[in-house]
Amino acid sequence: MKRQAPRKRTSIEVALRRSRDHSTSDAAAAAQRLSGRIAAEHLADVSYAALDSPFGKLTVAATERGLVRLAFPEEDTDLVLDRLASRISPRIVEAQAPLETIRRELDEYFAGRRRHFELALDWSLVGPFGRRVLRAAAEIPYGGVLSYTQVATAAGSPRGSRAAGNALGSNPIPIVVPCHRVLRSGGALGGYAGGLERKRWLLELERVA
Amino acid sequence: MSARLPPFQRFLDEQRDVVWRLLVSSVGSSDAEDCFQETFIAALRAYPKLRPNSNLRAWVLTIAQRKALDTHRARARRALPVGDPTGVEASNPISPGSGASANASEHTPAHDELLWAAVGELPERQRSAVVLRFVADMRHREIAESIGCSEEAARSSLREGLNKLRKVVEV
Repeated sequence: MKRQAPRKRTSIEVALRRSRDHSTSDAAAAAQRLSGRIAAEHLADVSYAALDSPFGKLTVAATERGLVRLAFPEEDTDLVLDRLASRISPRIVEAQAPLETIRRELDEYFAGRRRHFELALDWSLVGPFGRRVLRAAAEIPYGGVLSYTQVATAAGSPRGSRAAGNALGSNPIPIVVPCHRVLRSGGALGGYAGGLERKRWLLELERVA
Repeated sequence: MSARLPPFQRFLDEQRDVVWRLLVSSVGSSDAEDCFQETFIAALRAYPKLRPNSNLRAWVLTIAQRKALDTHRARARRALPVGDPTGVEASNPISPGSGASANASEHTPAHDELLWAAVGELPERQRSAVVLRFVADMRHREIAESIGCSEEAARSSLREGLNKLRKVVEV
């Protein structure tokens, strides 16, 4: 079927197109209220928020079970959310309220007023071995350190210090699960996904307090 | 699994403006808020079951369109408790308002209000077609899919709707 030559738009069409541009600024406000309602009624599977820290803007994400992810400022937020969407659920909504506890506990921790985190954790992003390793790291008290070998041993794999190092390196909940308290046997810093500068900073914070 | 659904928040950020415009256009700004919330809550509930390569925009506009219809039907029931809702629309033509302001070439907010009030009074299918075409920029095929009719039917609903608007609004 051949289309007719482009016809002149009638004034009614022009008017319809023009007036559709009204009030999109209200859409942002409506979307904001919607996010609040979704959080209040627990309709999302994952909630996330940005929060300020001495390291800059951290992104934190939680499920109904607990904190599932903490991302450093240089991590691409879109990528972090994409991974959460595919690994957990695409029902991900930005909301402050569900992340109030983590915000408060992290603020206290960074201010030197909190020595351990009480918030619940969700280990969904971690495999069985990684879970054993990270739980072992989570047992290291504030101000203390262990070697990679010691953590591997505590996780039930005394020969698996390299694998333990990998598991610590891909810790989805750094700071709260204190993988920064794991050092090389000689006392050298080893590695840190968030950068050695931050590892040193965190160890310093815990020494002073 | 290859293609994936975007995180819901991104979907909301990308579609909220077009959904809002569609709702303000078809139910007016006082009812748009409720319809907006209902639309995205319904979308959120159904979201994980959606096929990853779906046309998300067409999908959410279809939901919004349905919520707008519900609102129109509820209004019709309120306006005329015992009667046929479609009869209300037909027997209730828009008055062209105060003479000069009814000229479609004028750019006054009052004129736009009059125009969209007239859109709101169109029969269901014509209203849907007009709103999806001019607010959501949909093609005829997309409109047809969205309201569940043939492309030809969508085309003629759109034409009839425009003709009615012209009679009502243009002098």
